[in-house]
Amino acid sequence: MIRFDEVQKRYPGGHEALKGVTFAIDKGELVFLTGHSGAGKSTLLKLIALIERVSHGQVVVDGENLTRMRRARVPYLRRRLGIIFQDHHLLYDRTVFDNVALPLVISGVPHVEVGRRVRAALDKVGLLGKERLYPITLSGGEQQRVGIARAVVHKPVLLIADEPTGNLDPDLAREIMQLFLLFNQVGVTVLIATHALDLVRALGERVLHLEHGRLDELRVGGR
Amino acid sequence: MSRSTRHPVPPRRPATAKRLRRLGAWPDPRVYLLRHAEVLLSSLGRLWRNPVASLMTVAVIGIALALPTGLHLLLENARLLSGGWDGSTQVSLFLRREVPEAESQRLARALGERPEIAESTLIPRAEALEEFRALSGFGGALDALEENPLPDVIVVRPAPGHAAPEEVEALVTELRVTPGVEHARLDMQWVKRLYALMEIVRRGVEVVAVLLGLAVLLVVGNTIRLDIQNRRREIEVAKLIGATDAFIRRPFLYSGAWYGLFGGVAAWLLVSMALWATGGPVQQLALLYQSQFRLVAADAPTVLALLVGGALLGLLGSWLAVGRHLRAIEPS
Ligand SMILES: Nc1ncnc2c1ncn2[C@@H]1O[C@H](COP(=O)(O)OP(=O)(O)OP(=O)(O)O)[C@@H](O)[C@H]1O
Ligand SMILES: [Mg+2]
Repeated sequence: MIRFDEVQKRYPGGHEALKGVTFAIDKGELVFLTGHSGAGKSTLLKLIALIERVSHGQVVVDGENLTRMRRARVPYLRRRLGIIFQDHHLLYDRTVFDNVALPLVISGVPHVEVGRRVRAALDKVGLLGKERLYPITLSGGEQQRVGIARAVVHKPVLLIADEPTGNLDPDLAREIMQLFLLFNQVGVTVLIATHALDLVRALGERVLHLEHGRLDELRVGGR
Repeated sequence: MSRSTRHPVPPRRPATAKRLRRLGAWPDPRVYLLRHAEVLLSSLGRLWRNPVASLMTVAVIGIALALPTGLHLLLENARLLSGGWDGSTQVSLFLRREVPEAESQRLARALGERPEIAESTLIPRAEALEEFRALSGFGGALDALEENPLPDVIVVRPAPGHAAPEEVEALVTELRVTPGVEHARLDMQWVKRLYALMEIVRRGVEVVAVLLGLAVLLVVGNTIRLDIQNRRREIEVAKLIGATDAFIRRPFLYSGAWYGLFGGVAAWLLVSMALWATGGPVQQLALLYQSQFRLVAADAPTVLALLVGGALLGLLGSWLAVGRHLRAIEPS
């Protein structure tokens, strides 16, 4: 599903955020990405969503080589992904329903189906009653869950999350992680960058560890 | 084993219609049209929710479009008015001094019977002298002359159907060589000058129209640029979840078209108001000249051109702004 091959990322200004990273993630895996602040976790995720492009090496996502992908095809790649950010990128002048519906509207899903699928996604994250509210009236955890609903509403093949539990209390963080496990169980490949090492340890999934732009894979337990 | 065989890159699959459709690149055409209609309405709603800013933009566009439209109407009215004066074109035939008055009268009658001539009047030399004496104040000087220096004059007015400049020219050329005619003068020079003048003014109006059209492009472009900046976050999010450039562009293009269309409507209102305000005085002036002349308002094709032209200018203006500014916004 994801393959990095000797990937190097140098930002304009000269900082080398990734220094020759090679790994592969199979379809249906759930993988955590850990590392100190500034290790390059966000950078790695941005390469997968083509928010940034590699300086050297190549990235293959869902069978497509991103190194050579033309600008015009990028939207169609992103439609196959679900992307979750720490600051959830919600639109505050639109209702929860409209926020979650956005990926469906963008890919031209018919009206009746939009309503059905948005409600299904909100149901999964436990926000079914709040579709008419505006995000600003929700708590931090609820806003994060709206972001998650938006990331899964169009049934992506790959879910990437950058510190989805960043500023949530431990109980909420565990709840959110359970959601990701749930999506993984129905076949979605999941890659989560996180600081919450104790949570990662408790879950016992595969972990990719970044150290100053270099990869150091450790497998914590097994399933 | 080399790295490239360990990580083979699958060949790019051809982008068949079916696959593009599965990826959502080619949605159902009915859904597509419905989305367009929705965006059309929602961009209208967006203008509606910012009434002050929208009205300012629309007013500026309206004034810019009203100016050339008003000038065009003014010219149109001037053309109609001068068309009415074509009937007053006349040819003066100065007869040879030796032609006796009876012969002059016969010629005047003969000319009057020709189909291309509406009226032919003889002014006998004696009568002309009296008139000249009365009007000029040179009475004393004339008395010093031994005989009347003036010739008989026949004044010919072309028939209404034969008043076009070329036809009148042809008539004059023919009359000039009629026996007994010394000299023929066409009193039409001023009509020609008026036409020439109007042609210059028309060019001027065209130049003004082009310049103000450019101004409309800039106004719309600037408004859309601000709009894009205000919605930067929304654009970033949309790009992040897979919106194509076309999808993001669409609401801005429709907003531009709306601005232009409403600007056209505003221009029409402004011009109509100006016509209404000047209509009364013009009619009074016309009455003084015993004319039935009335100002004509913009006809349907003009109004249609104004509205469609306004919308197209708005569309083009926003297209230019969108092309320049949307690409710069990328999620980070
Ligand atoms: N747009 C950018 N331009 C220049 N340098 C950047 C840019 N983005 C990130 N960097 C640098 O690249 C390095 C890796 O950043 P990255 O955001 O990937 O770290 P991270 O592992 O996500 O850290 P954190 O846990 O704090 O989010 C950092 O040193 C950062 O300063
Ligand atoms: Mg980060």
